[in-house]
Amino acid sequence: MSALPAIFRKTAKAAPVPRQLSFSARLRRDWPLLLMCLPAMALLLVFHYVPALGNVIAFQDYNPFVGDNPFEAFLYSEWIGFGNFEYLFENPAFWDAVRNTLSITIFQLVFYFPIPIALALLLNSIMSPRLRSLVQSVVYLPHFFSWVLVVSLFQMMFGGAGLIAQTLRQAGLAALDIMTNPDTFIFLITSQAIWKDAGWGMIVFLAALAAIDPGQYEAAAADGAGRWRRLWHITLPGLRPVIILLLILRLGDALNVGFEQFVLQREAVGRDAAEVLDTYVYYQGIAVQQWGVGAAAGLFKAVVGLLLIVGANKIAHRFGEQGIYSKS
Amino acid sequence: MSVRPAWEEKPSLIGRLGKGTVLTAVVAAVVVPLWVVLITSLSSEKTINAVGGYVFLPREFDPSAYVVIFSGGQITDAIVVSTVVALAGTVLSLTVTVLAAYGLSRPGTLAHRPILFYFLLTFLIYPGMIPAYLVVTGLGLKDNLLALILPTAVSAFNLVVLRSFFMSIPGELLDSARIDGAGEFRILTRIVLPLSKAVTAVVGLFYAVGYWNAFFNAVLYIDRNDLQPVQRVLQQFILAGQSPTSSGAAVYIPGLGAATPPTLAIKMAVVVITVVPALLIYPFVQRHFTKGVIIGAVKG
Repeated sequence: MSALPAIFRKTAKAAPVPRQLSFSARLRRDWPLLLMCLPAMALLLVFHYVPALGNVIAFQDYNPFVGDNPFEAFLYSEWIGFGNFEYLFENPAFWDAVRNTLSITIFQLVFYFPIPIALALLLNSIMSPRLRSLVQSVVYLPHFFSWVLVVSLFQMMFGGAGLIAQTLRQAGLAALDIMTNPDTFIFLITSQAIWKDAGWGMIVFLAALAAIDPGQYEAAAADGAGRWRRLWHITLPGLRPVIILLLILRLGDALNVGFEQFVLQREAVGRDAAEVLDTYVYYQGIAVQQWGVGAAAGLFKAVVGLLLIVGANKIAHRFGEQGIYSKS
Repeated sequence: MSVRPAWEEKPSLIGRLGKGTVLTAVVAAVVVPLWVVLITSLSSEKTINAVGGYVFLPREFDPSAYVVIFSGGQITDAIVVSTVVALAGTVLSLTVTVLAAYGLSRPGTLAHRPILFYFLLTFLIYPGMIPAYLVVTGLGLKDNLLALILPTAVSAFNLVVLRSFFMSIPGELLDSARIDGAGEFRILTRIVLPLSKAVTAVVGLFYAVGYWNAFFNAVLYIDRNDLQPVQRVLQQFILAGQSPTSSGAAVYIPGLGAATPPTLAIKMAVVVITVVPALLIYPFVQRHFTKGVIIGAVKG
């Protein structure tokens, strides 16, 4: 399982710090290494941490026109406490965005999440290595496409002037309204997500399947277990840790359903179906220029997201799984 | 062909047919759209009109759509912009990431833990779109290609992948170089990097794909038409009819006039252009589906 959660793997296992050297001696020894870390740290400071601190404008009536630049505007803008949040929580559009976000998360948990598992099981049952690697190469590919490209390809296939509509029209049938129908939007975006990333998501399950001891299958078969019973009693238990880990990660990510995919299609299907928290932040904050309200919505999402991740990890430990802060 | 173990049942005919059908459908779902796009981009206006739109079967080889998009105008500009951003961005990203990954690859050095924590914290704390926008525009980067590079230049995830590979290099190797008088920078370029070519290349390619595919930073920070990247042009081309309020102006192609809607073949040629870099690097990345890449699958 060491392959999975390396991002948050504890580094405490590393060699103990030799304490005998004085600070200045260590500085004299290590300064080139510190210098090497600096450019990346500086970039993250300016483009990651300063904006993260900038979230305090959620508590301001931010006005970009006082002062000469956004920094002065920040200094001179009026502090209004939780005013932006009050506005936000009384705003039905905000709750619509929250509801859409959560519905999409739950929908995709049911209809997207099992697909990479099924694909991996299917692929794992193919004997020919050449056929396997061919299928693998093809289904991984869309992961490297941009959302613009994916949505464009869907538009070209299913849009009003797309291939399906063209074929239907030539057959004398009415074209289907797929790309602009708010009622079926959740199916559309889930299909897009599956098309783009289900193949890529399969990798981790393939790795887990490869780690299952073939001897178990042989022993089970010798005891008379058929292929379905082997699937149920050996394969699925073998996948269980990965499945639980990914479910928990998804839970921690419940408010993140993607941004570009929605912003690209929001105009076409309308706000009612396609407004999620991220697009709400963008349209409130930057498009309508209610900076403080947008920042408040973004901060709300960030704080709830952080709580969800920490909570999900607690659950993971409770289940006896590794979670994301795992020990390798 | 690996051999089916003796204990395993022979698959039933229905099972085999079912598997074959599903696999064919899965592969076709990816291949067919790309095929139709490619063939249509190489078809003449006449063929497109004859079949009433998208073309399935290749009837001719007509590269005129590609001639049009490479002969100046906004699409040519966009291809240049995206190429420049992807190349310059990848060089910058790879440089700072490799440096920091090496700087952090030896636990026990001064401030090692706090610096590592500084990088890992970026996974938990997001900058937020509004403040990020205010910072980038506040630095005067509006309509500057640096706005498409600097905000996404460092990925802590790639840094961790590189670092864990660097840490697997035996310390004795580096120590012997140090005894011979090599400085840290020389050790990095002469010993560590040559040993980590594959993983460095994969990280570089991930950066490159990221820059090439980036779309929304251009919406936020680039207003000038001649500085739009190729993803933005694709959006205006294919989806603009879908989203009439999108802020871009009509795409200008010499000879067709600014207001002329692009013909289907030209649209498809732009799609092909955006796909090609992914296709070019793909075989290479695939050969190195290392542990690091598998980690990437989890984080998305």
